[in-house]
Amino acid sequence: MNDPSKRRPRVGLFATCLMNVFRPNIGFSAVKLLEDAGCTVEVPAQQTCCGQPGYNSGDFDAAQALARQVIAAFEGFDYVVGPSGSCMATIRYDYPEMFADDPDWRTRAQSLAGKSFELLSFLHDELGVDRVGARLKTKATYHDSCSGLRSLGIKGQPRALLATVEGLKLKEMQDTEVCCGFGGTFCVKYPEISEKMVDDKIRNLLATGADTLLGGDLGCLMNIAGRLKRINAPVKVFHTAEVLAGMADGPGIGDAPQETR
Amino acid sequence: MSQARDTILGAVREALRRGPPDNATRASLDEKRFDHTRPSQDDDPVERFIRKFESRAGTVGRVATLGDVPAEVDQHRARFDLPKRAAVGNALKALDWPSDWTVHHGAAPIEETLSVSLASAGIAETGSVLLASGPDSPTTHNFVPDDQVVVLPVEHIVRWFEEAWDRLRQREGGMPRATNIVSGPSRTADVEQTVQLGAHGPRRVHVILVG
Amino acid sequence: MEMRSAEFKTRSVFAIHDGGLQKAMGMLRDGFVAKRTVQAAELPEFEQLREEAKNLKNHILDNLDHYLERYEAAVTAAGGQVHWARDAAEAREIILGICHRVGAKIVTKGKSMVSEEIGLNEALIEKGMEVVETDLGEYIIQLADEPPSHIIAPAVHKTKDQVSDLFEEAHGGPRKTTVPDLVNEARQVLREKYFKADVGITGGNYLVAETGSSVIVTNEGNGDLTQTLARVHIVTSGIERVVPRLEDVTLFLRLLARSATGQETETYTTFSTGPRRPDDLDGPQEYHVVLVDNGRSKMLAGRFRDMLRCIRCGACMNHCPVYGSIGGHAYGWVYPGPMGSVLTPLIKGLDNAYDLPNACTLNGRCGSVCPVKIPLPDLLRELRHLQHKQKITPSLQRHALSVWRFAATRPGLYHFGERIAARILAFAGRKKGRLRKAPLASAWTDSRDLPAPSGRTFLEQWQSQRGKS
Repeated sequence: MNDPSKRRPRVGLFATCLMNVFRPNIGFSAVKLLEDAGCTVEVPAQQTCCGQPGYNSGDFDAAQALARQVIAAFEGFDYVVGPSGSCMATIRYDYPEMFADDPDWRTRAQSLAGKSFELLSFLHDELGVDRVGARLKTKATYHDSCSGLRSLGIKGQPRALLATVEGLKLKEMQDTEVCCGFGGTFCVKYPEISEKMVDDKIRNLLATGADTLLGGDLGCLMNIAGRLKRINAPVKVFHTAEVLAGMADGPGIGDAPQETR
Repeated sequence: MSQARDTILGAVREALRRGPPDNATRASLDEKRFDHTRPSQDDDPVERFIRKFESRAGTVGRVATLGDVPAEVDQHRARFDLPKRAAVGNALKALDWPSDWTVHHGAAPIEETLSVSLASAGIAETGSVLLASGPDSPTTHNFVPDDQVVVLPVEHIVRWFEEAWDRLRQREGGMPRATNIVSGPSRTADVEQTVQLGAHGPRRVHVILVG
Repeated sequence: MEMRSAEFKTRSVFAIHDGGLQKAMGMLRDGFVAKRTVQAAELPEFEQLREEAKNLKNHILDNLDHYLERYEAAVTAAGGQVHWARDAAEAREIILGICHRVGAKIVTKGKSMVSEEIGLNEALIEKGMEVVETDLGEYIIQLADEPPSHIIAPAVHKTKDQVSDLFEEAHGGPRKTTVPDLVNEARQVLREKYFKADVGITGGNYLVAETGSSVIVTNEGNGDLTQTLARVHIVTSGIERVVPRLEDVTLFLRLLARSATGQETETYTTFSTGPRRPDDLDGPQEYHVVLVDNGRSKMLAGRFRDMLRCIRCGACMNHCPVYGSIGGHAYGWVYPGPMGSVLTPLIKGLDNAYDLPNACTLNGRCGSVCPVKIPLPDLLRELRHLQHKQKITPSLQRHALSVWRFAATRPGLYHFGERIAARILAFAGRKKGRLRKAPLASAWTDSRDLPAPSGRTFLEQWQSQRGKS
C-alpha cells in the first residue's frame, strides 16, 4: 500500500443506518468535508450496520457476524470515517473486545479499529483541519453524545470547528454531557424513562435561548428533535457536519420541507 | 476451623485457579509495600491544618504551653455558656483546672457536656485530628458531649496520613482499640441535602494548638 | 429484604410521576454531582489515584485468600473473633446466635449495606429484638418501613415534609418543620438508644489485614456511638473489603469521600481493633466480624471480577441519568443504580432482575466517575449477553434480532429494505417532515414525533451520482 501521507488519503465512509435512511444530507456533508480536506471518499456497497444493536442487546454472535462484514468491507482503506460517535466507537472500541477469543479476527479488528474515526475528530485531530468556510447565522447549543464523548474523547473538536462558522454563536447548556435518553433500543424498551430524560435535556436546551441544537449522533438528534416537535418547541436540529459543510440551509431534522431557513 | 471458612477460601482459590499460596509467596506479599501517590502540598502544615479544619466548621485556638490550655477551654465554655464541668483525658489530668469546675477523668456519660482530650496527631492533608483510645483519650469523649475540645501539640502535626500511621506503629501497644480521625463537628445532610451540624456527635469541635 | 426487581417497569413509571421524589432527585443531582466535580478538580492527582486504586484492588483480589487469612489472624490477636458466612442465611444465623448468647434486647445499627443485603433487621425483629437504625437517613426509612433508595444517602428520596410526618407519628408532637429541629429530635431519641443498646452492628468499609482493624466512615458519628457504647460490637462486611495495610486504606479514603458526597474527607474515620482493653475506660466487651461471601467468590471467578473492586461510594448512581429519573426504589432490592444493576442479578439471579441490566442507555457516565474504574457499562452489556444466551430475554426481542441479523448480513436485502422504509416514511411524513404515529413504533411515537426521511437513501443517491464501489 502507498504511504497515505504522500497522496490523497483514501477514506471509506461508514454510512450509518439511521443516516442512510433518515438523513442522507449528513452523509453528503461528511463527503464534502472530507473531500475539502483532501481525501478521496468511497462508500463500499457491502456495508450495512456496525452491529451495535445486537451487541448492546447481548446477541454477541450477531454482532460478530456484522463486525466481520464491516471489517471485510473496509480493511482495504487508509481510513474508515463515519458521522457518528456511537457507530465509530463500536468499531474502534468494541470490535477488538468482541474477538477476544479469536486471534485472527482480533488482529483484523484491531487493525481496523486503529484507522477508524468519527468524522469531526478525524478532520480535526488526524488531518489538522482547524477551520471551515461555512456561514450560518444562529445561536446554537451543542449536545455531547455519550459514546463519542466518553469512548472517543469527542468534546473540543466540534466546538473548535463550530467556532469558525461565520455567524454562529455557541451557548453551552447545563448538563450538556448527560445522556438525552435515546440509548438505542432503550428509548423504546423504557419509553417513560427515556421521555423523562429527553425532557430534562430539553429543559436545559431551552434555558440557553438557542434556536438550533447541534450534535454528532443522529440517534440522539432524532430523539431530541422528535420530542421538540411533539411539544412544539421552535428549535431546529442539525448534525454538526451539516453546519460545518454549509449544508444546513434546508429543513432541520423533523422539520417540514418548506420550513427552510 | 469452620466449614464455612474452608468453603469460602476454597471457592476463592478455585476462582483464582490455584491452591493456597506457598510460604515464599506469602512472605513476599507480607513484605509488599505500595507507594501510593500523596496529594501534593506546598503550604505550611500548621497553617494548612488550621485552614482545612476551619473549612468544615471546626474552630482552632492556639496557646503557647500546655499550662495555658485550661484558660482557653474556659473561654470556649464561657462563649457557649456551658456548665462548669468537663470530662478530661488522663494525659491532661495534671493541668491546673479551674477550682469551681467539676472535672472527671472517666468515660463520658450521657449527660456530659464538654470533653477535653489529647490528640495523637494532626493531619495537615485534610485538617483532621487523630485520637487514640485509652485513658488519655477515651472514645466516648469524641462523640458523646455537645462540645469537644482537642488538645494538639503543633509538633504532632504531620503532612500526610502515612506519617500518622508510622506514629501509630511506633506506639506502645501498637494499633489502639479505636483510632478516631475527626475532621470537624458531627454533621448530616440526610434531610433534603441540607447540612446540619451536631447530628449525633459534638455540635462544636475546638482544637487548641499548643506551641 | 423482599426482592421486587421484577416490578422495575411499573415502579419506574410511578417514580417518574412522584412529585416529591422528583424534587428530591433534583437536589441529589445539584448536590453530590456538583460537589464531586469541584473536589476532583481540586486534586490534581485524582486520576492517578483512581488508576492506583484500581490496580491495588486487582492485586488484593488476586491474593484475596492470603489477605483474608492474615486479617483473621490479626483480629484474633487483638482479641476479636472472625466468623465466616457463605450466604445471607448463614450470616443471619451467626449474628442471631451472638445476640441470643448475650441476651440482647436492643440492637443499634450503623449504616451497613451488607446487613441490608442479608436481610438482618427482619431476622432480629422476628426474634423479638428492638432494632434501631442510627444513621439519620436509615432511621427515617426505618420509620417509613422502606428500603434505602441510595447506598450512602438512604432517604434521599424523602422531602422534609415527609420526614416531619414520620417523626410526628413516631415521636409524638409537637410537629417539627425545620431541618435543625428534625435533626435535633432524632438526636435526642437515638442518644437514649445508644446507651441502652446491648449489641451494636456496623458495616466495615475496609478490613485491614496488617492490624485486624475494621474501618467505618461517617459524617454523623452514629456508627461510632453504636460501636462504642454497646456491650458487643458486630461488624458485617463482604470478603472483598480486605486491604493489606494502613497506607492502602488511605488510598481509598482519598477517593471515597470525594466520589461519594463531594467532600475532601468525611467527618469521622474510625479504625476499630478488637474489644475493650484492660486500661480502656470505654468500648465494647466483645468484638466480632462476620465475613460474608454471598456470591462474591463466584464473581471472582469470571467476567464480573471487576465488580468486586466496588468501594460503595454511590458515585455511579449520583451520575446515572436513569437513577436520577426514577430513584433507587424502582430497582427493587438493596443496591440501586449502575452498581446495583450489576450486583443484583449476580446475587439474586439473572432472571429475577431482567430489567436492571437493560434499563440503561450505556452512556458510560457511571464508569467515567467510578473511583476504582469498574467498566460498569461493559458489565451490564455482559449481563445482557448472559440473559440472551440463557433465553431470559423476551422472545419478541430475540426474534427481532434474528430478523435483523438475517437482513443485515445480506447487504442487498438490507439496502432494499432501507429504501422501502425510506419511501414509506417519507410519503407518510411528506407534509410535516415528521410522523405523529408510525406502525410498530408506538413506543417511540407515544412521546415523540418521528422525523421523516426525505425519500431516497444516502447509498441510493450516492450510487446514482458516483456509481457503485
